[in-house]
Amino acid sequence: MDAEEHILRLSQDPEWADLTPIPQDDGPNPVVPIAYKPDFIETMDYFRAVYKANEFSPRALQLTHQAILLNPGNYTVWHFRRLILDALGIDLNEELNFMLGISERNPKNYQIWHHRRWIAEKLGTDAASKELEFTRRMLSLDAKNYHAWSHRQWVLQALGGWENELDYCHQLLEEDVFNNSAWNQRYFVVTRSPLLGGLEATRESEVKYTIEAILGNPGNESPWRYLRGLYKNDPKSWISDPQVSSVCLKVLSAEANHVFALSTLLDLLSHGFQANQEFRDAVDSLRPSNSDPADSDLAKTICSILRHVDPMRVNYWTWRKSKLPSAVSV
Amino acid sequence: MGELVVDKHVKYILSVEKRKDSFESVVLEHLRMNGAYWGLATLDLLGKLDALDSNEVIEWIMKCQHESGGFAGNIGHDPHMLYTLSAVQVLALFDKLNVLDADKVANYISGLQNEDGSFSGDEWGEVDSRFSYLAICCLSILHCLDKINMEKAVNYIASCKNVDGGFGCTPGGESHAGQIFCCVGALAITGSLHHVDKDLLGWWLCERQVKSGGLNGRPEKLPDVCYSWWVLSSLIMIDRVHWINKDKLVKFILNCQDTENGGISDRPEDAVDVYHTYFGVAGLSLLEYPGLKAIDPAHALPVDVVNRIFFQK
Repeated sequence: MDAEEHILRLSQDPEWADLTPIPQDDGPNPVVPIAYKPDFIETMDYFRAVYKANEFSPRALQLTHQAILLNPGNYTVWHFRRLILDALGIDLNEELNFMLGISERNPKNYQIWHHRRWIAEKLGTDAASKELEFTRRMLSLDAKNYHAWSHRQWVLQALGGWENELDYCHQLLEEDVFNNSAWNQRYFVVTRSPLLGGLEATRESEVKYTIEAILGNPGNESPWRYLRGLYKNDPKSWISDPQVSSVCLKVLSAEANHVFALSTLLDLLSHGFQANQEFRDAVDSLRPSNSDPADSDLAKTICSILRHVDPMRVNYWTWRKSKLPSAVSV
Repeated sequence: MGELVVDKHVKYILSVEKRKDSFESVVLEHLRMNGAYWGLATLDLLGKLDALDSNEVIEWIMKCQHESGGFAGNIGHDPHMLYTLSAVQVLALFDKLNVLDADKVANYISGLQNEDGSFSGDEWGEVDSRFSYLAICCLSILHCLDKINMEKAVNYIASCKNVDGGFGCTPGGESHAGQIFCCVGALAITGSLHHVDKDLLGWWLCERQVKSGGLNGRPEKLPDVCYSWWVLSSLIMIDRVHWINKDKLVKFILNCQDTENGGISDRPEDAVDVYHTYFGVAGLSLLEYPGLKAIDPAHALPVDVVNRIFFQK
């Protein structure tokens, strides 16, 4: 029952005979002129007519449907559709059903998400579970869809439904631990859910979870940044928590991508972390034979290694090195 | 490595009007104002803005303005902040800001500021840090920044900052290079860059460069020419652009050219469009590619145009 196959021929339909279509005015010699298809031209000519006449009728609603199928990005059509829905008092649950297919075909269209928000706002808390289910469905098609995440965050904050959100994040990270959107959502939940008690209350279990993810894929940028975020506004705990330094050490001692372990250790050192001989040995073993000679300053040695293993950002690591206080022999 | 095929790109932009019945042209109808900005800004950066009759463009733009002061994407459509900035930018390119009633446009924009300092994109109320940028950039060009509550506007943008140093669309939204450009741009224009953790954000941004030399917009996403603009302009505004490998990025952008028919695509071998052509050329301009006009990273207009606006030069 795909309506796209049933484009109405309005000019031949007696139901539309009373209306005079209004053609598009692109202005004189347009800069980026548009070549339109005939059915598009006809639909839009009739749309302009109902729009101009403020005709809030079932046939106008049907016409917006057709115009949306032809171009779901046209926000004037969506806007007019909302006016009609309001005027006719249409059941908005029906409208959500109407949105399903269009959304799946146009997952990154701003108007669709905006329209959806408008409906959910009107339906209120009753819509929470339906909206969470809908975004879940959209995220199953593209787990990083920015619009879907944005809508989902709005639903949680405006309508509720936080109960299973941490589990949902876990599920997505099980599917793809590199999904930065899911890590971001996890942070959103632990910092904003009214049910969890905030960062400090969740830190212990979250640190464990994150360290496991890091050890599984030490080259994954997201959990490293997440780990740092768990100590937001509390750098002292971050430096002193042995779990943080030891995950660096573990990664440095393994055959793995070391960039984030080294950069985290560099950050720790810059904030006053005192490294013991074990750290020095682990870092030293990573020193490429053709790199700069070992420095008595561990942080400098780390920068030299990073310059070598991450040549794309050689200027960044050089800058990091230059910013270190000059070595003081103790 | 090939070079920038300037003449072909000029021809491509001018020929967009001759293409018939493409899918792209249908879906672009409602955002023709953005298309005009992308196309004309590209021509200006290439030094070929005079290839078009400015009077016709201006006449069309003014037909898109509504009573509210806002501009629509095309004649007969509804006004939106997105098209209002593009309209003002195109008028600035042609040194025709004087045809505008600046107060009227500024009133439209200031009317879209919300109690918490954020901005809606139009009367329907969608809120996004992108709209904060559009509002602030537009008001800056019109010398009307005093029309909004600046302190609240800046605080709202700062509330969109994440622990990775980046910014999202709303507080708690994932960091995304496009949103970062909007937030950093708005903070730069309002002299509020102290809200940015430059070193942390700079590192996040230069982590966006992948092996091919291209930039992505979020971790683990594919590179795309449009991020040459979003990421680079942000890095320039926070004074950290030397942290990426410029040569490799130049190569990546040049590899996305259609060297036969002109135009630039998102990635090598893909189909070209006006949007990516603009972001490719603007990115090369930020990279100081020879022969291109310099572009202002915050206002997204050529530097000579910005100088004209702010210093009457």
